[in-house]
Order: sequence, then C-alpha cells, then structure tokens
Amino acid sequence: MILALLYYEFFKIGLFTIGGGLAALPLLYNLAEKYPAWFDSTMVTNMIAISESTPGPIAINMATYAGFQTAGFSGGVIATIGFVTPSLIIVTLIARLLQQFRQSSLVERSFQGIRPAVTGLIAAAGLGVAQIALLNTELYTQTGQWLDLLKGKALLLCLFMVIITMRFKRHPIFYIAVAALAGIIFKM
Amino acid sequence: MKTLWLIFSAFFRIGAFAFGGGYAMMPLLEKELVNNNGWVTKDELIDYFALSQITPGAIAINTANFIGYKIKGVIGSITATLGMVMPSLIIIMVIAKLLQQFSDMQIVQHAFAGVRVAVVVLIAQTLYFLIKTSIKGKLSSGLFFGAFLLISLWDINPVYIIILSAVIGYFRFPRQGGQTK
Repeated sequence: MILALLYYEFFKIGLFTIGGGLAALPLLYNLAEKYPAWFDSTMVTNMIAISESTPGPIAINMATYAGFQTAGFSGGVIATIGFVTPSLIIVTLIARLLQQFRQSSLVERSFQGIRPAVTGLIAAAGLGVAQIALLNTELYTQTGQWLDLLKGKALLLCLFMVIITMRFKRHPIFYIAVAALAGIIFKM
Repeated sequence: MKTLWLIFSAFFRIGAFAFGGGYAMMPLLEKELVNNNGWVTKDELIDYFALSQITPGAIAINTANFIGYKIKGVIGSITATLGMVMPSLIIIMVIAKLLQQFSDMQIVQHAFAGVRVAVVVLIAQTLYFLIKTSIKGKLSSGLFFGAFLLISLWDINPVYIIILSAVIGYFRFPRQGGQTK
C-alpha cells in the first residue's frame, strides 16, 4: 500500500514542479511534514546535496532518493515513475496541439503568475534550510540564551562559502566537497 | 526496435553526464540529439527546451518527452524518459544504500553538517537568479511575497498556492504579453 501512496504523492509533486527542478523543494518539505515516518526535513536537505552532486536532473534524483528512503529499492523506482508520469501525459496531450499551446495567452499569463510565486516558495524553503543548517533551535528552547541559537561554526563556514562562491564559479559538487571536508575537520 | 534502442542510449548518455541540471545540459542535448542523430534542429531543440520550462516536471524530462514523442510517438517518449532516468536511479540508490550503512558514523554526520551549509549557499545563489528574472513589477512582487508569507506563516499547501498564482496570473496579466507594472 505504501507504494501506491508513494506513487500518488510523487505524481502530485511531478505535476506541481513547474519552472525547474528546485520547485520540487517546497513540495518535498511539505511531504516530509505530512509523512514524518517517510523522511524528515533534515534528510531532505541532505538529499539536495546528493542530488546536486550526481548526474541527472536534480528533481529526479530527489524523487529516487526520497522513494528509496521511504521504501527501499522499489520505493525509489515507484517514486521516480510517479514523478515523471504527469510529464509524459501532458507532453503527449499537448504535442499535437503544440502551436496553439505555445501561443496560448492563457498559458502564458498563468505561467507569469506561477513563476514569481514559485520563487517565493523556494525562498521560504531556502529559509527553512538555513534554519536547519545554521541555527540550533532545540538548544535555544532549552536554555533561552539567544547566543545558543546560533551555530557558530556553521555561520562562519557559510560566510566563507558565500565569499568563495562569489569569487570562483565552480561546479556545485566542488563546494559540497569543501563543505563536507570542513564539517569533518572542524567537527561541526 | 533499432530506433528505440538509439533513443534509449542517447538519452541514457545525456542522463549519465548531465551535471548541474537545466541549462548546463544544453551542449549535451545538442550533441546527442542534433549532431549525432539529427532528430531535431538546434532551433527546435531550443524551442522544446523553452517549452519544457512551463510544463510540469523536470525540464530535462520534459525535453526528453517532447523529442521522444516527435521521433516515435508515445513509445518514443517513454523510452527517452526511461533512458534519462536510468543512470540516476542506479547511482542514487547505490549512494543512498551506502549512506544508510554509514550514516551512524560520526564522521559522516560531521560531513553532512558542513554539506547542509553548502546547500544553503547554493540555494541562495539560484534564488538570487530566480528573483532577478521572475520579479519585475508590482504584481510579480506581490505574488512573490504572497506565496512566501502563505507558506512560511500559515503553512498553506504549496499546491494551492501554485493554483492560486496561476489563476491570479490569468486574470491580472495583460492579454498581449508584456507585464503590468
């Protein structure tokens, strides 16, 4: 039964991931909230790093990984198939009407609405990731000291990374590797 | 049959070497689909790619579907998609399996603590680009902040927010292209 549910949920994610793979992020975090037994938001954040470091579209990687976390090998396959199904259906439907679709004012205007909204959703997801990576909310709720809220090493690494990403234009996998090394060396 | 195998292997190669997603994939797409197999012209490829950005799902998958369909109908698009996701399925699950074995190790946890910081920075980078390109006036700013607040403060399901933004876009943006200020 979990496979059917997995398929359904990733079908939905595939249907509403519009404008690029990153648009799947808010939907995945939402899924993590809805099914805490499947995976949590920290796992989603880890998944992003893996997905950026391996070949293939990031959204596909995320679906495969999330499916695997939830239900092993078959979960990974089902989630991926679920994710690509809406795309297959919609492309088949509109391929015949391609010209009308491309010139459709309805489509263009709707999309003009969707794009900034999805950007807003990604911004919110980004803030959530920042909270997970840079803040220590559990410790803060225990001690009430606001300094405990901040993860010092993480914030320093963040500053360092912002600087080097602005200066050098290297592939994401490079920065992920550097950060992983820093995490190990400084026992973050 | 031979065509299907050609489709599968071309998209398999694309899926196996496409690092960085999205636009970074273009040279690969061009090499396999335009140069090696002549299935589309470069202009057609660009068109399909642009179209893939407004159809649901990963851009690369949509492109695979459009072109696969063009070559051999529904079976072509299914084959193209299968080819493209296969490397990902294999690699991701191998890595995921390995990580499951080793995730309890301290060193792995330390590494991921660092990695999550990198993820923040990478998302911030993409976000910067997205904001620059998608927010151009009062309406788009309103949609941006609206969506942001709806999900951050009230945890509204993103699906509803997306549908709402499409409806608003349909009614509020002008009919002949351009954007309201």
